[in-house]
Amino acid sequence: MSDTNAQSVAFVRNSEIPASPPPLGETGPVKWMRENLFSGWVNSVMTVIAFLLIARFIMGVFPWFWNGVWDASSIKDCRNIMADAGTAGSACFAVLVDRWDHLLFGFKYPATEYWRPTLAFVLLVVCAMPALFAMYLPRKLLIATALYPFVAYWLIWGGSLWVPVVILGLLAVTAAIYLFIEGLSVSLRQAVAGIVGALSGIGLGYLLYLGAQELWFISGNVSAGEGIVSTVAGFVFMIAAIFTYAFFIPMGIFVGYAIYNSYEDGGLVTIVTTLFSLYALMVYGLGPISAAINSVVPIELEAVASRDMGGYMLCMILGTVCVSLSIPLGVVLALGRQSNMPLIKGVCVVFIEFIRGVPLITLLFVANVMLAYFFPPESSIDLILRVIIMITAFSAAYIAEVIRGGLAALPKGQYEAADSLGLNYTQATRLIILPQALKISIPGIVNVAVGLFKDTTLVSVISMFDIVGMIRGPIQQSTDWISIYWEVYLFAAAVFFVVCYSISQYSQWLERQLQTGHR
Amino acid sequence: MSQISQMKVSDEVAIEINQMNKWYGSFHVLRDIDLTVNRGERIVICGPSGSGKSTLIRCINALEEHQKGTITVDGTLLSSDLKNIDTIRSEVGMCFQHFNLFPHLTILENCTLAPIWVRKTPKKEAEEIAMHFLEKVKIPEQADKYPGQLSGGQQQRVAIARSLCMKPRIMLFDEPTSALDPEMIAEVLDTMIELAEEGMTMLCVTHEMGFARKVANRVIFMDAGQIVEQNEPEQFFENPQSDRTKLFLSQILGH
Ligand SMILES: Nc1ncnc2c1ncn2[C@@H]1O[C@H](COP(=O)(O)OP(=O)(O)O)[C@@H](O)[C@H]1O
Ligand SMILES: [Mg+2]
Repeated sequence: MSDTNAQSVAFVRNSEIPASPPPLGETGPVKWMRENLFSGWVNSVMTVIAFLLIARFIMGVFPWFWNGVWDASSIKDCRNIMADAGTAGSACFAVLVDRWDHLLFGFKYPATEYWRPTLAFVLLVVCAMPALFAMYLPRKLLIATALYPFVAYWLIWGGSLWVPVVILGLLAVTAAIYLFIEGLSVSLRQAVAGIVGALSGIGLGYLLYLGAQELWFISGNVSAGEGIVSTVAGFVFMIAAIFTYAFFIPMGIFVGYAIYNSYEDGGLVTIVTTLFSLYALMVYGLGPISAAINSVVPIELEAVASRDMGGYMLCMILGTVCVSLSIPLGVVLALGRQSNMPLIKGVCVVFIEFIRGVPLITLLFVANVMLAYFFPPESSIDLILRVIIMITAFSAAYIAEVIRGGLAALPKGQYEAADSLGLNYTQATRLIILPQALKISIPGIVNVAVGLFKDTTLVSVISMFDIVGMIRGPIQQSTDWISIYWEVYLFAAAVFFVVCYSISQYSQWLERQLQTGHR
Repeated sequence: MSQISQMKVSDEVAIEINQMNKWYGSFHVLRDIDLTVNRGERIVICGPSGSGKSTLIRCINALEEHQKGTITVDGTLLSSDLKNIDTIRSEVGMCFQHFNLFPHLTILENCTLAPIWVRKTPKKEAEEIAMHFLEKVKIPEQADKYPGQLSGGQQQRVAIARSLCMKPRIMLFDEPTSALDPEMIAEVLDTMIELAEEGMTMLCVTHEMGFARKVANRVIFMDAGQIVEQNEPEQFFENPQSDRTKLFLSQILGH
């Protein structure tokens, strides 16, 4: 009705007048400086002091930088060159040239294969585009993003091409299983849920039993002095083992019954069942199938072991994988924490609070030493994967809390409107709640992501040779570059800054794009 | 227009509420509510703030759970069984005091969302339906804007259109005009009157007494969680029975 008025009432303007340019005397650098730098005497004094400090800083750093030596074979060589040129005390960037490959890839990655991680990095930039700029690029391109992890894995670790291909195949089988269960009638699905619940309960009990047995065995083998922690842990686990051994079958049946009973629209049960099948397929199917195909059609790259990964590449691997895993996991945890099913809520709360209460370093040590015992002994999980699990768990707990804030900021009316239209929980969450909650949470999530990315350098304390590990170990302790300091750390700071600043700029851009109207 | 309130009502029962009780913790919000609504009825519910009006109509689409008694909507008994609740919600449209549009979706997307996901209507068809109802509430030209760019009255009309896109058989309104500036109330009421003329079964919580006289075939007065009085609008306004109704009417009509 207000718009019909707009046509009939003469004095109502229905378009905005464009802003007119300001008068000339009010613009220009002089005016800007007078207003912003010299608006009063306090301000003027501060401006002068600040300029002096900046000038002093630049005058100190610039010669160091400008006279830096880029071509030398060792730090001695470097110093001689500078002494000859009369610029002693300048930077010795030659270390960056000399150890460029090591800084980027670590010192064990085969030199002939550097093209593989480099290509993986280029592809990362390309394949991330469809996801980062989803609103401007065709949706079909997301296939490239989805396939990227498999390609990158194969490029960086090498080995048989059939491993990632078979993983893809098994994922497809799992999707088929999911669709199959979705299509079952309610009572059949309930039956499936019960059986799967019982099996996974039994499986869980058995794994726990094996792990405890292993720990007990190890703690029995270490001398009393250094093994006190593991002895205690072993003892605790042994008790757990005895219990789980006695009870894993009834426990499984109990879990099965609980899942059967908590059955509502079946969404949760379907997901649990599907994940369970996925786990079983991967553990028992992947190795034999891919080996079989490879023996017929061998397509292989030189395999590189996880312990040979290093340098900035390692930080990029950990950073990218952990960020992209911890956001969805954080969403799940945040939603779980809001759930009104007590079991799910409890698990999420305990997980989040426990992880947040423990320093990341501790978790990394756990990853280094202990996590292996939680998995079946024969599936020796490699170190990078263990570290990924820990960092992901750590940042997912933080992201979950950020997202919980976003969920809490949504007015109750949004939930009610979604409910009143007949949307079910999954639809309401996916279409109404999450898009808004995630949008609110962007700054917080980015904060965690940037922190996580920098925290990947902590793996140097568990003797992995990421960029900081490389600097502290093989570079600073080599005879050639002993005690070189500023140049290498400055380089490390620079490469981290580039990535972190890009993430921050991207997130600000994204926030502007998602701005819909004024509210 | 005044004939609307005399419009015929079918004998078919749309909503039947029987001895329904609800508590918030230990607070008894609704007491022994009995109410039968026939198809095509237009009911206005009024009463002092906090008397349980919102709670009552929110029980009808199970936004709130009741603890005792039965509610039957369109022949389906409301229980905590999830399947029934979703069916009923897709048959019963609801408009809220604060519109509750989805701010991250355009007007058109707001209207097509539920038909596409709940009714599985193909996208193109859902858009045609949405445009049809947006024309009906007289804002088709705003289809591509976001809710935050519309005035309150326009937003409420979108909210009505959004509910209508689900082709509901019953509409619930919870004070649809009380968050609006006076000059926008009329445009929303006009839309609701049009809906009534088409024979929609409506339950409106509102204090717009002019609207009640014109449209309702029954006015219900609630106080302290009970239905105190119900009558045809003429009778209700001219000849209120209970003292509480008289007091309430004198307060809202008095000045
Ligand atoms: N979620 C809730 N928890 C506890 N009390 C509530 C809740 N919602 C409403 N109430 C109380 O129930 C009573 C009825 O509320 P409501 O139905 O909103 O009243 P009306 O719509 O008639 O103003 C009020 O006293 C209110 O304080
Ligand atoms: Mg109310």
